[in-house]
Amino acid sequence: MAFQEIKVPDNASIAEKGLAWVDSRFPLTKLFKEHMSEYYAPKNFNFWYFFGALAIVVLAIQIVTGIFLVMNYKPDAAKAFDSVEYIMREVPWGWLIRYMHSTGSSMFFVVVYLHMFRGLIYGSYQKPRELIWIFGCSIFLLLMAEAFFGYLLPWGQMSYWGAQVIVNLFAAIPLIGPDLALWLRGDYVVGDATLNRFFSFHVIALPLVLVGLVVAHIIALHEVGSNNPDGVEIKNTLDSTGKPVDGIPFHPYYSVHDIMGLGVFLMIFAAIVFFAPEMGGYFLEANNFIPADPLQTPSHIAPVWYFTPFYSMLRATTTPFLIPLWILCAIPLGLVIKNTRDIRVKGVCAAIILVLAIGFYFLDAKFWGVVIMGGSVVILFFLPWLDKSPVRSIRYRPDFHKYIYGAFIVSFVILGYLGIKPPSPLFEFLAQVGTIIYLAFFFAMPWWSKLGSFKQVPDRVNFVAH
Amino acid sequence: MSDTPKMDKDRRTWLIATTAVGGCGVAAVAYPFLDSFQPSERAKAAGAAVEVDISGMKPDEMRTVEWRGKPVWVVRRNQGQVKELAKLEGELADPKSLRDPAALTPAYARNEYRSIKPEYLVVVGICSHLGCSPTAKIQAGPQPSLPNDWPGGFLCPCHGSTFDLAGRVYKNKPAPDNLEVPPHMYLSDTKILIGEDKKA
Repeated sequence: MAFQEIKVPDNASIAEKGLAWVDSRFPLTKLFKEHMSEYYAPKNFNFWYFFGALAIVVLAIQIVTGIFLVMNYKPDAAKAFDSVEYIMREVPWGWLIRYMHSTGSSMFFVVVYLHMFRGLIYGSYQKPRELIWIFGCSIFLLLMAEAFFGYLLPWGQMSYWGAQVIVNLFAAIPLIGPDLALWLRGDYVVGDATLNRFFSFHVIALPLVLVGLVVAHIIALHEVGSNNPDGVEIKNTLDSTGKPVDGIPFHPYYSVHDIMGLGVFLMIFAAIVFFAPEMGGYFLEANNFIPADPLQTPSHIAPVWYFTPFYSMLRATTTPFLIPLWILCAIPLGLVIKNTRDIRVKGVCAAIILVLAIGFYFLDAKFWGVVIMGGSVVILFFLPWLDKSPVRSIRYRPDFHKYIYGAFIVSFVILGYLGIKPPSPLFEFLAQVGTIIYLAFFFAMPWWSKLGSFKQVPDRVNFVAH
Repeated sequence: MSDTPKMDKDRRTWLIATTAVGGCGVAAVAYPFLDSFQPSERAKAAGAAVEVDISGMKPDEMRTVEWRGKPVWVVRRNQGQVKELAKLEGELADPKSLRDPAALTPAYARNEYRSIKPEYLVVVGICSHLGCSPTAKIQAGPQPSLPNDWPGGFLCPCHGSTFDLAGRVYKNKPAPDNLEVPPHMYLSDTKILIGEDKKA
């Protein structure tokens, strides 16, 4: 098709002519319409729908503050700690930029956990939004890696020993573990080589991939359209012009709405940055104000608060725990064997029971702790296929589902709390119970999500103008 | 869009007001980031004034110190050289140091010898062409790359600019300006402070 310059009337303004010139060469107006002014989002969005936009803003904050930190940070084991103190004390406004970055890091996880929670309760991961969820879980996984790599950079005691522990997780893998850990570290112990490569990952490699995944996440969302708190598919009911009757254009309604949400978020963010950047030692840990000492581990080691639920599960996996764990796997698998007629399914389940028995017996609990910790994140990817509920949103599910979700959230929070505390026999037991609840929520979901009497999902969303 | 719908005045007022307030917010946030580019306390401390001890300097002797990352020369001229300075005016591009005096020649150096005391020359040893550091050629007389009646001064190896013993650039050379006289003061007869010229 030959090139066609978009025509404007002769008396059009310079701005209009300029826009027409650009639009003939780049789909600017088309993109704006598709993704903003003519992208129809459900009109019943509530509080839980702020967090996606806030996550984009926090990502931007981290990138901008990160750019300025890198101007003065030195990724050399001998200089790193001092360069951070230099930024805090001598670079004009360095303290502010550093506090924004550390606060942003914790706020990123607050926002992302709340964003994921919304997906969980409203069934936003169900068909046709599985791919949005998968991109999202990938972003979550990479975000954890990004935070982990970034945490080494100040080269404090927590930085050093945290990195040591996590790299040694990989050493727990049978056969290839120790060589893998050596390859990751670039040395026999966490040192300058490790710091330099983690700097590269944190500053450029992962941010590039994260931005790409966020773009993919939003494109996938816009292709299908947003879910909403009632789980009603708004595209099923269109008006005479083909627009969803329960939809409103993202711009100006949600663009302005999100700016309001951003204002509230920034107030909280600023309050933390200026009045409590260390957050009692949870956002900036006390031990990290001590330069890294390879010869001495601090007496109380804990990961940053946003990793503690998963850390709890790792710690809870001890050799005695493997027995109840095996039993709790064998029971549902045994039930499947009993109830299915498909011989292949029977065979697969029996094989899994056997493999787990052998594995739990011969491989260290250390390895299984790593598997459970990793598995507890990876299981999220499978949610669209684990959930057999005919209804998306928790509003129309049987009441007892609410208690199951409640138990899941409570156990996640308790696991998080236990992860901060030093170990004790009682806490170990509670963490084991919490781990079982967390894993059972997902593994038993294909069964419990179908149970109960579901309420009738309306055709139109519940919206009360205010 | 020549026949636009009627403009909503209230909406326009609201948009302008919020954009203005938002703009102030953006400016307020941007300021610390931009200001962080300024030299840090450490850089400012490193750029502080430097003392030079000139006791025991013989005539024709040159001492070099580093100030703000650049070489600063102190040259003890002999009486003959000081007298010769006035005779060179025809060969110099800017004999009276009239070009850019604020940057190159502080008030106390606006004289025939471009220094506070006639005996001692204090200049920044960076050629005003493209920044190389000239070589000291304080001895008079014919030398390679220099004319036979060379009275003593400096020769820049990069592009051949020459300067006299008051740091003034010769005519017809790539360098446009005389050597910079840095702010400096005498703490005593044997100590010069380079970098400051007021009583601290």
